[in-house]
Amino acid sequence: MSEIVVQVEDLHTSFFTRRGEVKAVDGVTFFVRQGETFGIVGESGCGKSVTGLSIMRLLPEPSGQIIAGKIIFEGVNLVELDRKKMRAYRGRMISMILQDPMTSLNPVYTIGDQIREPIRLHQALPENMIEPEIIESLRLLKIPTPETILGNYPFQLSGGMRQRVVGAIAMSCRPHLLIADEPTTALDATIQAQYLALFKDIQEKTNVAIIFITHDFGVIANMCHRVGVMYAGKIVETAPTREIFKAPRHPYTVALINSVPTLERKDERLFSIEGQPPSMLNLPPGCPFAPRCAFAKDTCRQQEPPEVKVGSDHTVSCWRVD
Amino acid sequence: MTSLEMTQEDRTRKKYLGIIRRTRLTRNLTLIIPSIILALFVIMAIFANLSWLGLPHVGLAPHDPNLITMRDQYLPPAFVAGGKSTYLLGTDKLGRDILSRIIYGSRISLSISMLVIFITAFIGTVLGIIAGYAGGGVDGFIMRVTDVALSFPGLLLALLLSVAIGPGYWTVVFALSILGWASYARLIRGEAMRIRQSDFVAQARVSGASSVRIMLRHIFPNIINSLIVLMTLSVGMVILAEAVLSFIGVGVPPPTASWGSMVNDGRTDIDTAWWISAFPGICIGLVVLSGNFLGDWIRDKLDPRLRQL
Repeated sequence: MSEIVVQVEDLHTSFFTRRGEVKAVDGVTFFVRQGETFGIVGESGCGKSVTGLSIMRLLPEPSGQIIAGKIIFEGVNLVELDRKKMRAYRGRMISMILQDPMTSLNPVYTIGDQIREPIRLHQALPENMIEPEIIESLRLLKIPTPETILGNYPFQLSGGMRQRVVGAIAMSCRPHLLIADEPTTALDATIQAQYLALFKDIQEKTNVAIIFITHDFGVIANMCHRVGVMYAGKIVETAPTREIFKAPRHPYTVALINSVPTLERKDERLFSIEGQPPSMLNLPPGCPFAPRCAFAKDTCRQQEPPEVKVGSDHTVSCWRVD
Repeated sequence: MTSLEMTQEDRTRKKYLGIIRRTRLTRNLTLIIPSIILALFVIMAIFANLSWLGLPHVGLAPHDPNLITMRDQYLPPAFVAGGKSTYLLGTDKLGRDILSRIIYGSRISLSISMLVIFITAFIGTVLGIIAGYAGGGVDGFIMRVTDVALSFPGLLLALLLSVAIGPGYWTVVFALSILGWASYARLIRGEAMRIRQSDFVAQARVSGASSVRIMLRHIFPNIINSLIVLMTLSVGMVILAEAVLSFIGVGVPPPTASWGSMVNDGRTDIDTAWWISAFPGICIGLVVLSGNFLGDWIRDKLDPRLRQL
């Protein structure tokens, strides 16, 4: 099996607000191997994006802070790095694709200039070497005739094209880890499928490790090798994608998968999870999913469930699994 | 039938091509005319006389601007009945040539307004971007100072300054700059805050750009448009403020001419000798208008969305 690129260990990230501490990420542990896509799936506000931002060390300071835990990236603990050293990692070794392609590009610079920026920042290349690099990045994202769009401004491109340019910026320095935070939510369904295929293609070519953050199980099924299901700041179940669809163990995972509409069950009402996710300001003791869980027992409401290994790559945090 | 459709189509195409051509032409006219006017004023200021070449008696100005000729006082312009051809735009109450005073006055008025605009725009932009980008305590501090500067009575400060360091050219520049930056800081800070939130700043941070780089390369270029508009709009305000300062005796002291002080000089005689105030007033108006048109043109040029037409 290939080498582990990033290992997140017991990560705790909190936001300090006027109303108290919000434990957005509350003890998250996972790892991603080279050439592998790890999906993080969960509802809005469960801490998926904050996990991504924590790895990039781009939390909105000073309110957002990493309280505890380690992020080991290729043997280096990113949590301990100072600003300057961390900056050298961003864009070079670790890159990120943000949600909205319409606003991720600076309107006053040409496409060529924007891809040039990370290359200039991180690689001491002579000027005449940069241009081929830029075109190479655009080619990697399968942009037809990259030479012609170098001088274009973002507004002259379509949404799908812009998203590819954003991808080209992220991949311009050939990072080892790519964090994609819901990169397809702003795209329509056909473009979305194309874009996801593109990710697979890039991964095959560059062997990059990808953390794919999404709320869409369909995308997970399509894209990821392994999945972490997040709920209220915790990863409640981790498993290979095939296994999570075949034999989900955590009641929340089961409920999530059941709420995906399918073509087979067209006459039934779509399943949905009752209730709301808990307020992150004061989490109840015990399992955070207990109030909404159909199988909750007294133990669930009193004590936090431990993480149990149920397969070679499959872990669950639930009292029912024993 | 098809030929009819074709002509219809051709007609529409022709119409829109015409519109675009006309748009382009008017846009270029708003560049050409104001540029010529401003260039003429600048040439006028530079070549008022050639003392900087060691030739104080050669130049555009037909007379010594401060030469008092009492028997020629209140002469109307040459093209009005009673005017003398030697005094093209007439004379003031001391018999000084209006045209020469306007030519010399352009040196004072233009250089002061340019200096003040660049100083205030620079200070205001730097402080505004820092406040808007950094936020929090830094923002609070800079904005409170800005509030004080905006609420402080400018004339009072100018008076105090002229007492402290004496009236003169640099006193005017200083007095107008010391509070003038505040309106820039306010505007730029708001813009910087808005742009800081945008995804492309996040994207730059993801790419590993430092804060200084983000402020210079990503926030500043997106602010230039508003900055230029405010700068061109303040041309008028600064020239007028300079006039007010001259009026209360804090400006460049007489007999040195500036457009503002000339307008004020003619104020009492406006019903009998309109030309004393009118001509320098027209000059102020032309410069202000040209500045605004040029500002519009630059703004259009800098906006890549409008560049296509």
